[in-house]
Amino acid sequence: MVNVFLYTALFLCILMVASLYRSVFGPTVLDRLIGVNAIGSKTVILLLLIGLIYGRLDMFVDIALAYALLNFVAVLAAARYFQKRKGLYEEPPYK
Amino acid sequence: MMVINVVVILLLICGLVFFTGGALGILRFPDFYSRLHPAGKMDTLGSFLMVLAVALSNLNDFSWAAVLTSLKILLIIVFIFILNPTATHAIVDAGFRAGMRPWTKKDRGK
Repeated sequence: MVNVFLYTALFLCILMVASLYRSVFGPTVLDRLIGVNAIGSKTVILLLLIGLIYGRLDMFVDIALAYALLNFVAVLAAARYFQKRKGLYEEPPYK
Repeated sequence: MMVINVVVILLLICGLVFFTGGALGILRFPDFYSRLHPAGKMDTLGSFLMVLAVALSNLNDFSWAAVLTSLKILLIIVFIFILNPTATHAIVDAGFRAGMRPWTKKDRGK
């Protein structure tokens, strides 16, 4: 059963790398914010799976709960910050 | 406890399918607003299924401490169902107030 959790966590890591593409190459700031939010909501599941693998789920639940709240606060603060700013259309190409 | 294991594996696979759909949508959709559509919904449902699988798998060896931990895990589900749509709405609001134009069929070549 531990192997199932291990491979599930591995697949989640692959999906997080796929979401990281959008937050690195996203055309606007809010696209990057979407990528970061998706990675954060996958990280909560990853923390729970790590707790199951280590057999210390009672400890990792608190970390996952705190991480979910922290991720929400970070995304909300960034969204509230960028809605005051104009010019989200174009970013200069970083090359 | 074979039944619980089968249910846990099924829930994990269903959650992974939803997460895969969400990641593909974030990668493939043309526009910022349409990318929020998979990011907002499929991540919420995938998180729900996978957290439920973890909570069921924790109950495999039954004790009252395990029940308490599973209740705490279900609290994560409640938080995710409140927080994830709120974050999505905040991002849409930021884009709308900054004046970003939604994607239409005319910009298909871009």
